Amino acid sequence: MKRALERLYNGIIKENPTFVLMLGMCPTLATTTSLMNGIGMGLTTTLVLVLSNVVIAALRNLIPNGVRVPAYIVIVATMVTIVQFLLEAYLPSINDALGIYIPLIVVNCIILGRAESYASKNPVIPSLFDGLGMGLGFTVALSLLGAFRELLGAGTVLGYRIIPENFSISIFVLAPGAFFVLACLVAAQNKIRAAKGKKPQEGCNGDCGGCTSRCGNPKEEVEA
Amino acid sequence: MKELLLIAVGSALVNNVVLSQFLGLCPFLGVSKKTSTAAGMGAAVIFVITIASACTSLIYTGILVPLDLTYLQTIVFILVIAALVQFVEMVLKKMVPSLYRALGVYLPLITTNCAVLGVAILNVQKEYTLLKSVVNGLGTAVGFTIAIVILAGIRERIEYNDIAPSFKGMPIVLVTAGLMAIAFMGFAGVI
Repeated sequence: MKRALERLYNGIIKENPTFVLMLGMCPTLATTTSLMNGIGMGLTTTLVLVLSNVVIAALRNLIPNGVRVPAYIVIVATMVTIVQFLLEAYLPSINDALGIYIPLIVVNCIILGRAESYASKNPVIPSLFDGLGMGLGFTVALSLLGAFRELLGAGTVLGYRIIPENFSISIFVLAPGAFFVLACLVAAQNKIRAAKGKKPQEGCNGDCGGCTSRCGNPKEEVEA
Repeated sequence: MKELLLIAVGSALVNNVVLSQFLGLCPFLGVSKKTSTAAGMGAAVIFVITIASACTSLIYTGILVPLDLTYLQTIVFILVIAALVQFVEMVLKKMVPSLYRALGVYLPLITTNCAVLGVAILNVQKEYTLLKSVVNGLGTAVGFTIAIVILAGIRERIEYNDIAPSFKGMPIVLVTAGLMAIAFMGFAGVI
């Protein structure tokens, strides 16, 4: 039980995939035009992450080391396809809003990163909570980004109007706003890190394979 | 012919893959410290996306549709792309060593570039023919290269600027990308 809580804390706060590890940037920026879309994308990714972590942890002694990455990709792609069809059947509005970014969960670095650095070495139950923690951390980050963009860009939160229509800045729901809001959130986080005497966030070097090694030790610098 | 030109301009500038569709952000933010490496990454992406959109389009219309297996598209596409990147790497190493030396380091990074899979899925969604898919892939990749080279050029300059401490590193790069995205929104009326 203690270990499960530790994994949840690790995923949501200590190694938050978006703010601390800087993984999975594409869906983070693309799907956060509103709070609802952010939550939808976050929870969809969480579901895929939990399912794939559980399956990979269960099969960890059966998958030969030499072909483990292709095997993980097949497992993740299968889970994504299942989740995509579930959404299409039961939550068509979320499915329409997220569109192409649902199949693209396959190439989200977070999922392969957790498979490689945690689920392939640990039993099923801790892996389940690791996936849940990381997924919820991702959901929190996406919801935060989505809430800011919806509030500034459309003047609403979850559809409820907070700022009158004439005062909303529509650039924030468009593409550039995503970059600006994320920049401010990361800058705010750097401020907090600096107060604690830590180095500012650098992000990954485009090498998602390298990200897996960073997950274990985020302070390590990887040169491309 | 006119339609092909519209697809190419549309995918390269109007719906720029990075700045308006947010695909391939990891290499866009990660490999854009120097213009030379950014250009190398761009060339590798052009190479892989063009071949990958041809292959996935052929496989989709030739194998998945006749056998009624279209629900397997995500799994098939990602495996084909991963295998293709490996294959291209081996062929280049053997046949064109000079090109391999220029692009080699970037090729393994492309497997997990979501732009490649994204283009393959968009081609299927828009029901493009083989020729249109290749043109769309090429246009998208050229758009990616334009964006990453411009960003690298700007980053080389802001390196020595006086930036607020909290904004050093990733935040200022994100702000730069945001301003570029505003500039690219200007293309919206072209088509």
